[in-house]
Amino acid sequence: MTGEELQILGLTLRTAALSTLLILPPALAIAWLLARYRWPGKSIVETLVALPLVMPPVATGLILLQLLGRRGWLHRTFGIDVVFTWRAVVAAMMVMSFPLLVRAARVAFEEVNPRLEQIARTLGSGNARVFLTITLPLAARGIVSGMLLAFARAIGEFGATILVAGNIPGRTSTLSLAIYNLVQLGRDDEAFRLLAIAVAIAFLAVWTSEAFLRRTHDARRS
Amino acid sequence: MTLVVRDLALPLSDFTLEVSVTLSRGTTALYGPSGAGKTTLLELIAGIRRPQSGSIELDGRVISDLPPRLRRVGYVPQDDALFPHLSVRQNVFYGGAAKSGDIVDVLEIGPLLHRGVQQLSGGERKRVALARALVTRPDVLLLDEPLAGVDLALRDRVLEYLVRVHEEFPVPTVYVTHHLQEVEAICEEMVVLERGRVVEQRKV
Repeated sequence: MTGEELQILGLTLRTAALSTLLILPPALAIAWLLARYRWPGKSIVETLVALPLVMPPVATGLILLQLLGRRGWLHRTFGIDVVFTWRAVVAAMMVMSFPLLVRAARVAFEEVNPRLEQIARTLGSGNARVFLTITLPLAARGIVSGMLLAFARAIGEFGATILVAGNIPGRTSTLSLAIYNLVQLGRDDEAFRLLAIAVAIAFLAVWTSEAFLRRTHDARRS
Repeated sequence: MTLVVRDLALPLSDFTLEVSVTLSRGTTALYGPSGAGKTTLLELIAGIRRPQSGSIELDGRVISDLPPRLRRVGYVPQDDALFPHLSVRQNVFYGGAAKSGDIVDVLEIGPLLHRGVQQLSGGERKRVALARALVTRPDVLLLDEPLAGVDLALRDRVLEYLVRVHEEFPVPTVYVTHHLQEVEAICEEMVVLERGRVVEQRKV
């Protein structure tokens, strides 16, 4: 790989990893609330969470641009510059991959037998200990599987990113954006090299994710 | 031990569970046909379900307002509900470790401690679930059909263990069953439940 390709790959992997870690706590919290409780407004939250899956990514990007831009809420309140930096890349990845992680974690939590949590309570455990020693470990494979999917989705993110982060080589140009750039410039050979990298990463992430789920089901059947 | 169930009510799908009963003997059988509400009553005592009305007192302490973890009730459900991701040792000591050596000895689960719960037979699972509940030193033990799912040939063995447990650790016990032989083997009193109501209470 050339130095430029390594730089692109490094930026993409770092931002996607950071995005996945940042969405983990809120995604787990929402997934757990959706899986275990009924509450007013639940269906609205479900819909809002799923929205980025079906909205045009560019439209999501435009909303983000409004929120994070110079006249946006974040800049006015905290003075943090996000737009057209690597932070915007992370923000776009977060929003776009959030639904995938929530869905996977929700299914994982729903598959944990509530009976085990109830018994743990009769054995003297409070809610926090029950969650950490029973629910979370039993849902772990499904959650990790969801994290890998979210990570893969983050790596492929394009539409929202190009709006909020621009496409600045060396700063915000991720794998997908770089491929687009190279094709625009007619540098097809280089585009194909990046394409191969993208396919390899996506394949690995999805394959590992599926492997985690398979093992969950095998373990449950035995 | 005195377990007082006072005007406990909970509507179920085809009848309303309505129970008032005082249990003060060592081992009480809760006897009745399937679907009479026996398991539901245990779950209400353990705090897994909430009643619509009524109260439960254990040795003068109102436990029906407490969360399950503060009730000091040991519940062994019919499906034993062992934690599948933990070893036998981690299961047994999940609720505490005080003086639990004796419990492990009496139930003879020492050799099983290092195993995973998937490697246990039906009878072994029952003993592990029983030990897990006893380790918390409960004030009352609730056993939901402890012989269900155990091979016929092994039932007497499990019953022997139950008798030994009662000799070594005299924990008052509510024993759900629909087999009279079990009632006669280990219970001192029986309460008959039908369609959510106590229809008979007598010494065995």
